[in-house]
Amino acid sequence: MTEKEKQSKVTQRAEDFLQVFKKGAEFTQQLLRENERLRFQLVQLEEQGRLASCAEQAMREVESLKSQVADLEREKQEILQRIDRVEAENIDFANRYVEIEAENSSLANLYIATYQLHSTLDFRDVLKIISEIIINLIGGEEFAIFLLDENSGTLQAMAGEGIDLRHFPVYSLGEGIAGGVARSGESFFAEVLDAAPSDIDAPLACIPLKIKDRVIGVLAVYKLFVQKPRFGDIDYELFTLLAGHAATAIFASKLYSESERKLTTIQGFLDLLTK
Amino acid sequence: MAEHKILVVEDSSIMRQLLVMALRRISGVTVLEASDGLEALKTIANEDLSLVFSDVNMPGMDGLKLVRMIRSDKRACEIPIVMVTTEGAKEDRDRALALGATAYITKPVQGAEVVDTACRLLELSAGIPWN
Repeated sequence: MTEKEKQSKVTQRAEDFLQVFKKGAEFTQQLLRENERLRFQLVQLEEQGRLASCAEQAMREVESLKSQVADLEREKQEILQRIDRVEAENIDFANRYVEIEAENSSLANLYIATYQLHSTLDFRDVLKIISEIIINLIGGEEFAIFLLDENSGTLQAMAGEGIDLRHFPVYSLGEGIAGGVARSGESFFAEVLDAAPSDIDAPLACIPLKIKDRVIGVLAVYKLFVQKPRFGDIDYELFTLLAGHAATAIFASKLYSESERKLTTIQGFLDLLTK
Repeated sequence: MAEHKILVVEDSSIMRQLLVMALRRISGVTVLEASDGLEALKTIANEDLSLVFSDVNMPGMDGLKLVRMIRSDKRACEIPIVMVTTEGAKEDRDRALALGATAYITKPVQGAEVVDTACRLLELSAGIPWN
């Protein structure tokens, strides 16, 4: 092999090496690009993974919030129901308060009426107290108190308000509403309380004054105050009270007056004998 | 709580007892009683009153004269006065208001109305939360 051929062969081999080296360099470049691409993909995947994780967490949070909203909604409904219950109780308490207040007022009126009726043994004072009860507690504007004269069997007006007592006739037992009430011992209440002028033969209410079953008189109400359109429950209670307690108060005061008179007479007689 | 003194002027023992019983239900209130205008004036002169309830028709000095006397008294002229009247006695009521009465209530009187009127004029709570 000549020198020239040797040189040519070396050159050829160097060129081959260069070719291989170039190819190696190109391959390395490709590997670097691929590596870059893969790294980019990895970053993208990591980002997607992170986003997916965030979305999942967000979904969990949404679910948790939905659950909280549902719980709060339930709680709200319970609170609303409790408010309704409390309001109903409140209304119930208010109604009960009004009832108790009315009851209290009624009891106060009954207590005062009873207390006053038995606070004196003076006949005129008793009649005055009965009149005051009718005016101030019942609201009677025109009324009369009739007492039964057991000897003659007649009813005579002894006290009253709004009507001159001289205008009242003397009723026999069974005569008119007053006489009928005195005979039967049953209370009378007019069905309609109108604002028509009062009529002494047509009372709005007529109550027997009774000691047990013995009628000693009647109480007749002819007209109520204008602001009092009808009798209330407490009025019927007061009438019931008056029927019994007014009768005993009148009876006791009459007995007391008579005994006082007799005592004075006897005392005078004794003084006459002993002096 | 400041003590309020209320004077009830009424010749009828029943009405007086009714008003006194109702007013005694208000806490922090002392109720004084007089049976006519003259007795009321004596009490007014000796006591520091917050309110007066007075009937119109009374023996001796009536409620209208009492209102006039209270309003002309420098020491007592500011005391609120509630007249207790009957609806039929509208003229008396109007005269009382013209003379300086603060308010009126009509017979037959309800205890709750007495308490409400007194609490309103004394600016007190009646203790009823739903009122």
